[in-house]
Amino acid sequence: MSETVTIRLTVNDAPVERTIAPRLNLVDFLRDELGLTGTHWSCEHGACGACTVRVDGEIVRGCLIFAVQLDGANVETIEGMSESGALADLQAAFHARNAVQCGFCSAGMLLTADALLRRNPAPSRDEIRAALSGNYCRCTGYHAIVDAVAEAAQRRAQRR
Amino acid sequence: MKAPPFRYARPRTLDAALKLLADEGDGARLLAGGQSLVPALNMRLLEPALLIDINGLSELTGIAETAGGIRVGALTRHAALGASAAVARRAPLLTAAVPFIAHEAIRNRGTFGGSLAQADPAAELPACVVALDAQLEIAGPRGRRRVAARDFFKGVYETALARDEILLAAEIPAQRGATLFLELARRQGDYAIAGLAGWAAVRQDRIAEARLVFFGTDIRAVEAKAASAALVTSLDAAVAALDRDLTPVADLNASAAMKRHLAGALLRRACAAALTRAA
Repeated sequence: MSETVTIRLTVNDAPVERTIAPRLNLVDFLRDELGLTGTHWSCEHGACGACTVRVDGEIVRGCLIFAVQLDGANVETIEGMSESGALADLQAAFHARNAVQCGFCSAGMLLTADALLRRNPAPSRDEIRAALSGNYCRCTGYHAIVDAVAEAAQRRAQRR
Repeated sequence: MKAPPFRYARPRTLDAALKLLADEGDGARLLAGGQSLVPALNMRLLEPALLIDINGLSELTGIAETAGGIRVGALTRHAALGASAAVARRAPLLTAAVPFIAHEAIRNRGTFGGSLAQADPAAELPACVVALDAQLEIAGPRGRRRVAARDFFKGVYETALARDEILLAAEIPAQRGATLFLELARRQGDYAIAGLAGWAAVRQDRIAEARLVFFGTDIRAVEAKAASAALVTSLDAAVAALDRDLTPVADLNASAAMKRHLAGALLRRACAAALTRAA
């Protein structure tokens, strides 16, 4: 035990090593230590979903996990998922459907929608709404976001 | 807000974790999934000196079918619990409850044992383990002990766990009837305003035996013994008997009277669904 801890992990396919205070949560680690500001923080108690990132292939709340817990983990953020093209179809559908206004929730929305489509390639509108129920948007009223996810699901189905 | 400063330890063995817990006393908290603890830290409701990260302790992991049912390790994530074929075979009530626990990102981290130890009165899993007659395995400095789930939950965030003990697993007998699970919440993923977890054995279009546990109504998950017994006679009698079983407590969402009303409505809906499925 000590005041700071050194962690080694992978972030967006790159090895990272930092010495940090245990109280530093994953979102602040990404934003302040690594300059990855695409992941947003807002409520800081797990309600809003703005800080959604992937850890070892699963979406998590970045505000509810401390960076010190992630020694050896594989973290993927909106930056890495955008550059790899993994979200390109969802991003195009969000753009086409006007599912982005201020954009604050978009990173979390995209990663959550992507997780849904990976486990359920043909979701109903109710299933899309249920999957996104933990991600707040204060601009769109959600309808356009549900449209965009439904469109991306159809496009993915046609490609298969 | 951000969590206050704390020291962090990640013991490699259960004995080391128990020793840290004993040595630090009231200043230590166990960190499992963190989905209730970290919000409490961020809101500065808690300021522990030491967080003991118990993730990875092998004694707390895994799901195993046993001769009479199933053993679920405390560190089982909600997502893994919901996806387990063994759980669906032995204790389908748990499988039915998981989709109602918060959201996917939280189910990927939050743990079965963490939910039980947290003992939120509106949480799903405490009610399920009471309904399933689970035995909870606990380790402490004085060795291991078992507590029946129905004796484990004492009140709001209050359990039979002592400060120096760690919940290891739940031993769950195979479920004895059809699943009854319903909850009412303002939005998908919110804590329940009122919920019902239980099972009913249906024979010849009648409920022959049932176990009903309500959550979100009282200060803890409550076994509705009078209603469970009355259900064999009539549904109306069972709904009336809830007056003897429940002591509803108002919260931000609903008055005590509304919670009592909703408990009756849930019981009627759940029984109708069970009888329809059996027909």
